[in-house]
Amino acid sequence: MNRTLTKPIADDLVRPLFQTSVWFYAIVFAAATVVACGGAAWGYQVWNGIGSAGIRWPVFWGFYLVNFVFWIGISHAGTLISAILRLVNAGWRRPVTRCAEAITVFALMIGAMFPIIHLGRPWLAFWLFPYPSAREIWPNFRSPLAWDFFAINTYLTGSVLFLFLPMIPDFALVRDRSTGWRRTLYGLLAFGWRGTTRQWNRLESAMQIMAVAILPVAVSVHTIVSFDFSMAAVPMWHSTIFGPYFVAGAIFSGIAALIIAMAVLRKTLGLEKYLLPLHFDNLGKLLLLMCILWAYFVFAERLTVWYGNEPSEMAVFWASQRGRFAPFYWTMVICNFVIPFVILTNYKTRTILGCVIASFGVLIGMWLERFLIIVPSLATKQLPYSWGSYAPQPVELTIMAATFAGMILLYALFSKFVPIIAIWELKAGLPSRLDPALQVETSLLSTRLDTEAFSSEAERADRGQP
Amino acid sequence: MAYRWGMAVDIDKCTGCEACVTACHAENNIPTVGAGQASRGRAMHWIRVERYYEGSFPDVRLKFRPVLCQQCDNAPCEAVCPTYAAHQNEDGLNAQVYNRCIGTRYCANACTYNVRFFNFFNPEWPKPLHLQLNPDVSIREVGVMEKCTFCVQRIKAAKTEATAAQRELVDGALQPACAQACPTTAIIFGDLNDPESRVARLARSPRGTKLLEDLGAEPKITYLQKQPWHEPDAY
Repeated sequence: MNRTLTKPIADDLVRPLFQTSVWFYAIVFAAATVVACGGAAWGYQVWNGIGSAGIRWPVFWGFYLVNFVFWIGISHAGTLISAILRLVNAGWRRPVTRCAEAITVFALMIGAMFPIIHLGRPWLAFWLFPYPSAREIWPNFRSPLAWDFFAINTYLTGSVLFLFLPMIPDFALVRDRSTGWRRTLYGLLAFGWRGTTRQWNRLESAMQIMAVAILPVAVSVHTIVSFDFSMAAVPMWHSTIFGPYFVAGAIFSGIAALIIAMAVLRKTLGLEKYLLPLHFDNLGKLLLLMCILWAYFVFAERLTVWYGNEPSEMAVFWASQRGRFAPFYWTMVICNFVIPFVILTNYKTRTILGCVIASFGVLIGMWLERFLIIVPSLATKQLPYSWGSYAPQPVELTIMAATFAGMILLYALFSKFVPIIAIWELKAGLPSRLDPALQVETSLLSTRLDTEAFSSEAERADRGQP
Repeated sequence: MAYRWGMAVDIDKCTGCEACVTACHAENNIPTVGAGQASRGRAMHWIRVERYYEGSFPDVRLKFRPVLCQQCDNAPCEAVCPTYAAHQNEDGLNAQVYNRCIGTRYCANACTYNVRFFNFFNPEWPKPLHLQLNPDVSIREVGVMEKCTFCVQRIKAAKTEATAAQRELVDGALQPACAQACPTTAIIFGDLNDPESRVARLARSPRGTKLLEDLGAEPKITYLQKQPWHEPDAY
């Protein structure tokens, strides 16, 4: 199919794979350096003992768990955007899906490392695997940590498939345009894709199945992460609202991460013709919706705690409302609600820059939210004699910085080896449809396209016809 | 008949001398982490004497409450452990299997009494304390959770001895280190399954309360006091 495709789209989107600017090497080098520092910090912690981190009695979970929940939350970008928009067949999703799915996979890989990093004896992490061992003991299936293990592994497997499946036709396209080692590599990745009608049909049905299957998995995964907290009788953890509250927060931060990633890709890879203000406007509206939903959950949770007036819960409540954690709490409210709400409700400020500013606010606010869920509760448990505090140590801060650098590194490498916009999906969406959003996109693109020459196969497949 | 070990702590008798804390450290090879680490919240005291102040200066009353693992029947720490390191043994004790522990520290978060302690580093004993380690108790390595065992090594030894001599355990003959060291006999240990044991009778005392009883963990330690205990205002 690839020979018959209209060249401009493919040319634009494949170019980053073949041309590398010096900036790419600079970013990769800088990010890799920070990641290496993080690795060294972890090595130091393993060698010296977990006491190198700031965790202490009684705050036994600190920055590592905050980052765990934060990154698993970020991973909800891909599933929501991609699966829901795919299922409702929203045309504007086409240039967005792959950026989003890649965030999911990388954020999950990073997030899933934290439960291992935070272990007292990380070399025994494999004891969470259910396998018949000489110890003659299974993992304790009553423990939310064992649920976590299964939930995250299921989600990771599902999202890798969800990311990989629609990449196959694009790998084939790159294979057909390249020579040498690239041809071999992409040939392997393309799994012998030839673009036959049967292959298109199979791909389409596989994507439909995955889109339906991944949604409940995504919802369950962050619900189970929230169960890590809500299953324990710790003040302000033991809450029935935590499942949906965490899922909403996860999607909220996921969309924010996606907006930032898209804005960066747009600038660095010159994708101004594909990632349009329209996409940021639509995602901005979605972010606004999640912002209001998040605020509603926080209000509902805090109001019921305050009204219930249970002493141990009130201790945590006031510690974050006006006590020692209050600065973090009100920063969170400003970053998560005030800033995005003000920017995104006004269509004049809902520009690309406005969306990016709001998204940075959301990322900071959602990170603080996870901190405020975990630390004040543990520091202020039932017996006042055992109250304590927590301050992160350099090891924790270095590892945290390394995960952000790791995300940048993985994303830079990904956009170097894979077309970051699904070429075949974009093309399949091009012929004029009734979707107004799509028409804006099409009209802007069509000046450079010869629509007559479009792959009929891709188009047919998208319509589900043989 | 199986044993069900329990304890009664008479708060009215407690003078806050902390002999129990010292005895516990000596008996159970609990590392002393030093002033620096202690100030960073890494001190380990399987039993601690909580101090609460009542009234305002100069009319201040000091109250002491020794708090150790409550050996709950319905223990919040056990369910959350992914590797069964924390589990209920046949005597109703909340056992901690050090070799199974991978250090998630979830049990310590779930424990409402904060009586679980974590080995943030490999243990060290300043000389000459290294010469007084108890050979009956294993040393815990870095990354492992530990807590009061009701001196399970003494329980095992006494049970083995009784079985060898073909007799029942006598009430009061077996004591954990804290009870043995208490100069005012504020700590009473025994078998709750024997209705005539001292601890079982004290558990039925009208002076008895359980710590954070409303949370439903069903602790096996009864606190005895004439005045009802008011938790200080939390905020």
